[in-house]
Amino acid sequence: MPSSPPIVELARVQKRFGEGPLVLDGIDFVAQKGDFVALIGPSGCGKSTWLRLIAGLSPLSGGSLKIDGAKPGETKRELAFVFQEPTLLPWLNVRMNVEVPLTLRHSPPDQRRTICQQALERVRIAEKAAAYPRQLSGGQKMRVSLARALSLSPELLLLDEPFGALDEITRDHLNEELLALRQEQTWTAFFVTHSVSEAVFLSNRIVVLAPNPGRIHAEVIVPFPYPRTSETRRSEEFFHLVGEVSRLLRATEQSARP
Amino acid sequence: MNPRWQTFLLPIGVGLTVLGLWAAVCQVFDLATYILPSPLEVLRAAYHERAVLFEAGRNTAVVTLIGFPLAVVVSSALAILLSLSPWIRTSLFPYLMALQMTPIIVVTPILLLWFGAGLTSTVLITFLVSFFPLVVNTTQGLISTDANLVELFRMSKATHWQEIVLLRVPAALPYFFTGLRISAILAPIGAVVGDFFAGNSTGGIGGLGFRTVIYSSQLKTPALFATAGVCCLLGFALVSVVYFLGWLCLHRWHDSFAQRDH
Repeated sequence: MPSSPPIVELARVQKRFGEGPLVLDGIDFVAQKGDFVALIGPSGCGKSTWLRLIAGLSPLSGGSLKIDGAKPGETKRELAFVFQEPTLLPWLNVRMNVEVPLTLRHSPPDQRRTICQQALERVRIAEKAAAYPRQLSGGQKMRVSLARALSLSPELLLLDEPFGALDEITRDHLNEELLALRQEQTWTAFFVTHSVSEAVFLSNRIVVLAPNPGRIHAEVIVPFPYPRTSETRRSEEFFHLVGEVSRLLRATEQSARP
Repeated sequence: MNPRWQTFLLPIGVGLTVLGLWAAVCQVFDLATYILPSPLEVLRAAYHERAVLFEAGRNTAVVTLIGFPLAVVVSSALAILLSLSPWIRTSLFPYLMALQMTPIIVVTPILLLWFGAGLTSTVLITFLVSFFPLVVNTTQGLISTDANLVELFRMSKATHWQEIVLLRVPAALPYFFTGLRISAILAPIGAVVGDFFAGNSTGGIGGLGFRTVIYSSQLKTPALFATAGVCCLLGFALVSVVYFLGWLCLHRWHDSFAQRDH
């Protein structure tokens, strides 16, 4: 038994929107501190909804969800959300964008500066601090979005397919950097993705979801130790596991057919 | 040709052509001055009436510069109120529409009864003519904020006030300026129309609307054309200021001012 209480605990979680059908049903899941959980599944299986429930952006329809023992809206744990789009404020430059969450909390300006500078350096975009979002490439915008999330030193990082719109090389780079950041900061992550190899590379646990209603089809433990590098991607074990998860993913689609 | 020059030379070319055609028509058909004065006669009238037109223009400018900012302030406040909830929008919007749909010449006699002829009535008419596009556009801007950004703010435990000031208002700026450009064209028209019906020239020259009444009653058609010219100048001046303000607020970040590749 782990000594510390679980950071996220879902029990018989249900979610429906309005009078609609169940989007998620019977979700039981416990995440320990430091877990990197990848959520993968076909479209409409409730992956994003899962994140939004944890973030407190959407209320549960049934069951219970606890973050370190508290309800999502009431938790004292620091949460950060990274959206599928960079979601930057176009009228603010990069530095001010990263400072937004700190500004909203009325942190003193010099403290804001220091934290922001560190966050920008960590994601290697410090040289663009004075640029406006429209002057950045897609990958650069996503780095800024990550920097903003990290500036809060979150204990729980929720990422909703953050690299889905990027080209493969940029995506691989950002994946490696995300893992490097994980070595520096300790957070627990939930990471929604459509990419099996991304899920295997990043996470220590992969949850494969099946649709209609969204439910856990299988959980796969990824045994590769951290830190992982691009070497990890080329190992035979990696390919093997990618194949296995892909097979599970296909099975969910078949099970969904009437 | 340099595209910067094109933006000046093309309209000037069109203007000169039209002036030439106009002069030719006057020459060929030998029209009476009070039907269609030639460009030269209009210029001569403008020069002759320069002192009167200048003061009338100034008076109309004063009305515009009170009525238009009043419209900006009131409509911005109203837009923020309307953006707060769909309930408020549904309750108030039909009446705002009704106010806009009522022709200003129907409202004018009522204003005259209440406030008499003069500055108060003309300012109110300017206000009424120009505030609607501002309310509609600004409200639309305030409620069109990117849903993800709103969630980002809510997750950061932003207060309602922070959400409005730091997120919704800046996000609405491009919409606000769209409304402002339309209103900046309408406001001087409102000031002239207001002056036409409700101006008070006791002991003075009156505004451009009042001049219109006088010149038309005297069949001074060249002076009427010159008055039209002053109205246009006034409108262009206000629209230019508004464009500059829009550029100042938006050029750094908004796509509408994005630099084009050469």
